[in-house]
Amino acid sequence: MKPVNQKAWLLVAPVLALVAFSAVIPLMTVVNYSVQDTFGANQFFWAGTVWYEQVLASERFWNALGRNLIFSFIILLIEIPLGVFIALNMPKKGPGVAACLVLMALPLLIPWNVVGTIWQVFGRVDIGLLGSSLALAGVDYNYVQDPVDAWVTLIVMDVWHWTSLVALLAYAGLVSIPDAFYQAARIDGASGWAVFRFVQAPKMARVLTIAVLLRFMDSFMIYTEPFVVTGGGPGNSTTFLSIDLVQMAVGQFDLGPAAAMSIVYFLIILLFSWIFYAVMTRHDDDGAKGG
Amino acid sequence: MARIEISGVRHSYLRAPQGDEDYALRRIDHVWETGGAYALLGPSGCGKTSLLNIMSGLVRPTEGRILFDGRDVTDLPTERRNIAQVFQFPVIYDTMTVAENLAFPLRNRGVRDADVRRRVEEMLAILGLADRGRQRARGLSAEDKQKISLGRGLIRSDVNAILFDEPLTVIDPLMKWELRTQLRQLHQRLGHTMVYVTHDQTEALTFADQVVVMHQGLIVQVGTPADLFERPEHTFVGYFIGSPGMNVLPVHADGNGLSAGGVRLDPPASVLPTEGRLEVGVRPEHVRVGREGAPARLLRVDDLGRRRIARFDLAGLKLLAALPEGSEIPSDPCVTFEPGKVHLYRDSWRVSGERLP
Repeated sequence: MKPVNQKAWLLVAPVLALVAFSAVIPLMTVVNYSVQDTFGANQFFWAGTVWYEQVLASERFWNALGRNLIFSFIILLIEIPLGVFIALNMPKKGPGVAACLVLMALPLLIPWNVVGTIWQVFGRVDIGLLGSSLALAGVDYNYVQDPVDAWVTLIVMDVWHWTSLVALLAYAGLVSIPDAFYQAARIDGASGWAVFRFVQAPKMARVLTIAVLLRFMDSFMIYTEPFVVTGGGPGNSTTFLSIDLVQMAVGQFDLGPAAAMSIVYFLIILLFSWIFYAVMTRHDDDGAKGG
Repeated sequence: MARIEISGVRHSYLRAPQGDEDYALRRIDHVWETGGAYALLGPSGCGKTSLLNIMSGLVRPTEGRILFDGRDVTDLPTERRNIAQVFQFPVIYDTMTVAENLAFPLRNRGVRDADVRRRVEEMLAILGLADRGRQRARGLSAEDKQKISLGRGLIRSDVNAILFDEPLTVIDPLMKWELRTQLRQLHQRLGHTMVYVTHDQTEALTFADQVVVMHQGLIVQVGTPADLFERPEHTFVGYFIGSPGMNVLPVHADGNGLSAGGVRLDPPASVLPTEGRLEVGVRPEHVRVGREGAPARLLRVDDLGRRRIARFDLAGLKLLAALPEGSEIPSDPCVTFEPGKVHLYRDSWRVSGERLP
C-alpha cells in the first residue's frame, strides 16, 4: 500500500478555510434558508421544498427571468455586431491607435453606480441634457413613466458602457492577423466581404466567444444600473431577477423564498457558464492545430 | 503570361527619403521575359520582397513604372494585375476544406463550376493531396499548408506571372528538393513566368535558368549559374555565390606594378583603372598552393570530404584555398593565382574586358 501523508491536509487547510469563508459557507447559509421558514427571533422551522415550488410556480419569477433573457438578448444583438464594426474601422497603425484605445477604455473604467447616476441625470426631462433636448425636439420621452422609454434608456446605457469591451476584444483578434493573410486574399482576388468572412471572422471567433460569454453573464446579473436609473419601474417593467431578489430579501424580508430564488438564479448562471465553457473548449481543441 | 518590365523603380518606406540609404530599392531596371524561370537571390534585407510586392501591386513604388507587355500597370491594384504570389509562411483559409482553398481564387474570378472542379482535382493530384480534398485545411501540417498556398497560385492558368517569396522556408530539406523539382517540371509544362525569391544559392541555382542577384537595393548581376560563378560582376556576387565565397583582396601599386598580399599581378596597362579602390577577386578553387609564389602562413585546414579548405594568412590578409583530396601542403607554403581566373574590381565592380594573368 502507498503510504498516506496526512500532513498534506495541513498545507491545503488555509486555502480550504479561505474558500469556505468566502464562498461555501455563505452559499450553504442560503441553501439552509431556502429549506426553512422563520418568523424572526432566530427561530427556524423545516419547510422542505415549499419555497422552491412557490418560486417556480410564481409568475413574478418567470416574468423577471423573461425580462433578463430579453435584455441580454437585445444587448448582445446590438453590442457584438457594433463592437466588431468599430474594431474593423479602428486604425491599425499610427498615433490614432493609442487615442482610440484610451477613448474606448474610458466607459469601462467608470463604476456601475456612477454610470447609472450619469444616465439617470442625463435622461431626466427637467434638467437632463438628453431628456430636455428630446423634449425640446418634441419627442415624448420619459423613462420614469413610460416602460418602453425605460427599456430604451437601459439598453442605450448598457451599449454605451460595454460596446467598447467587445470592440477591444475584436480588435485584439484583428491585429493578430499577419499581413500576409490580407496580401494573399488580395492576390486571390477576394472581395471585401470574402476577406471578412474567410480571414477576419475566423480569427475573431475565439475572442468573440469570450466577449459573448462576458457580456451575457454581466447583463444577466445586471443590478446596479437599473436600480439607480429606474429602480425596477415603471411598474415592474424593468424589474430584473437581481432587483426582484433584493426587494424580496431586504424589502419584504422573505428569507425563504428569496433564498430559493437565489439558488435557482445561481443554477441558471452555472448552466449558461457550462454551456459557454463547453463551446469554447471545443473551439480550442478544434483550433489547437490551426495557424 | 506577360513580359514584365521594371523601369527606373525606386522605393522607400520613409515618407521623405533623403539619400540612397533611405531607399529599400535604390534603382531597379530589369525585364522578366515571358515564360522565364528566374531566381531572385540576395541576403535578407536586400530588397527582394519589396521588388516582388511592387510587381504584384501590394506595394506602390516611390518612383518608376511597371509594364506588363508594354502596358503600364503601376497604378493598377493587385486584383487587376492577375499575378499569383506565394508567401514565405503558409496562408490558408482556416474554415475551408483543402479543395475549397484551392478553388477560392478561381471562384473569386467567376470561373465556371465544372472548370473549377476539374482544375481542383488536377491540382490536388499534382500536390499529392488527392485523398485530402474534403479535409479541413486548418488541421494539416505546415508542409501541406504551404502546398495549398502553392496550389492556389498554380491553379490559375492565365496568370501573368507567379511570384514565390521564399516559399519553402517551412519545409524540411528532403521535401524541399522534391517540391522544387515539381515546380521546375510544372514550369516546363505550363510555361508560366516564374520568379523565385530566395537567399539560398543552392535553391536559386537549381531552380532557375537565370539568376538575378540583389544587394543593398540594387540588381548587381543577372546571369546563368555558370556566369555568376565564373564572372562575378560585383565582389558581392563572388562572395555570395560559391561555397566558400570568392577571396577579395586589396590591390597595392608600387614601382614594379600591382600586387595583392604579395602575389604579383600583371594586368595589361590598357585596363588599369587610374582611380578608385582596387581589389582583386580569386575563387578558392583557383588558388594554387606550392613552393612558388608569395609566402603564406597556414592557419587551419577543414576537411569537407571530397575536398579540403585551407585557411592562410597572406601578409595579414585572410585567404581561402580549396584543395583537391590528397594534395599536399608544403611546410613553408607559397601561393599563386591560376592565370585567367583572377578578376580586378574597382569600387566593388568588375573591370570588364580583360582578365588578369
